[in-house]
Amino acid sequence: MTTLVSQLLAGDRRALARLLSAIEDETPQAQEALAALYPHTGRAALIGVTGAPGTGKSSLVSALARFYRARGQTVGIIAVDPTSPFSGGAILGDRIRMVDLAGDPGIFIRSMATRGSLGGLARATADAIRALDAAGYDIILIETVGAGQSEVDIAYEAQTTLVVEAPGLGDDVQAIKAGILEIADILVVNKSDRPDALNTVRTLQAMLDLGAERPPRRWHHGQLLPAAARPAEARPDGWQTPIIQTIATDGTGVAELAAAIDRHRDYLQRSGQLADRERTRLEAELAHRLRDALLDRLLQQIDPGGLQALIARLVRRELDPASAVDYLLSNR
Amino acid sequence: MPSRKIRVLIAKPGLDGHDRGAKVIARALRDAGMEVIYTGLRQTPEMIVEAALQEDVDVVGLSILSGAHMVLVPRILELLRAAGLEDVKVIVGGIIPEEDSAALRAAGVAEIYGPGASMATIVADIERFVQAPAERP
Repeated sequence: MTTLVSQLLAGDRRALARLLSAIEDETPQAQEALAALYPHTGRAALIGVTGAPGTGKSSLVSALARFYRARGQTVGIIAVDPTSPFSGGAILGDRIRMVDLAGDPGIFIRSMATRGSLGGLARATADAIRALDAAGYDIILIETVGAGQSEVDIAYEAQTTLVVEAPGLGDDVQAIKAGILEIADILVVNKSDRPDALNTVRTLQAMLDLGAERPPRRWHHGQLLPAAARPAEARPDGWQTPIIQTIATDGTGVAELAAAIDRHRDYLQRSGQLADRERTRLEAELAHRLRDALLDRLLQQIDPGGLQALIARLVRRELDPASAVDYLLSNR
Repeated sequence: MPSRKIRVLIAKPGLDGHDRGAKVIARALRDAGMEVIYTGLRQTPEMIVEAALQEDVDVVGLSILSGAHMVLVPRILELLRAAGLEDVKVIVGGIIPEEDSAALRAAGVAEIYGPGASMATIVADIERFVQAPAERP
């Protein structure tokens, strides 16, 4: 693995591809390599792209990647598609919309299956981002699965989150429900050559106006909390979520979108939120990994036969799940 | 629990637009628990090899109905070798005449499937290829 690390740092794309597989398969070698690469991470700009299926996320990612390449930046892309809950297999089809990126050594595209994760990303996405970051890509675009209303993990992993809408999906009540629209740093109305695009823009604008009074927010344990605990003077004016109209397939609006992304990154840096978000994210990741490790360790200590007997008691309604946990923790 | 997933690239090189067969295969491999990277129509050999490298696949499946297999397949094999991907198995589906089949196998194609090939056979072949993988450096 140490040769893999040095190859990756030297720009070997095959080494990167192999490390990404090891990360997805959660091998001990991957953990070792990630530990060695960690000091080389934290440099890339992380841009998340989410939205309902069919809104044009992949085409938009492709258009943005071309824009950044023209600007002289290198681009890593992680495109996530769902794993079948029945077979464990997956069809990863996001490359279909990215064919015009082929042949450019400044671009690296990797498709990932969710492998049972429900938040719109794969379990291994955070580590995959680190691998691309360490490999030196300037911009990392992360495309989620076609998201509905609660796949909001991307807001953790990305520094700037784009929520992509398309005309003709949902009404204004959908727009004010909690969830995916709330995580948008930038709202994109793609397919804006459709006749009802302006209605979609107006609906989203109305939704944003309704929320205009809300205080600045921060991430805490997976929830957005009002940032009242922070001294008010340390924070400049809150970020105003812009709505950008695009036609990803012909590039219309892509320069404006990239400019909005630059403005957002600049805002994050000036306001100290970039460092703030990173700290909160790492805190959450630590808690998450600790929970997984403790669970694994605990399950090794529990007699499997006893566990099965306990599950049988749950099924017979003799014991409730919360009491079963108390029992397991006190009788090891 | 983490486990090694078989990853397969299904690609359609060349200019014919018949992708139903490729989609049926992709779906069958998904149902067998594999991760299938589907790249769509009209892929050049260079695009296919680049995708195989980035996606770190175990197997590349080529669906060719245009008759251009004797040009496309050897070119893809050559590019795979040039990219250091000689351990990636290549399988071909399509209407391939017997004499061409022999030549393609000699050039390094692992299996060739004609019309009526059973999905179960293809799945079992891929599982066999991956269980006996070439030594990874």
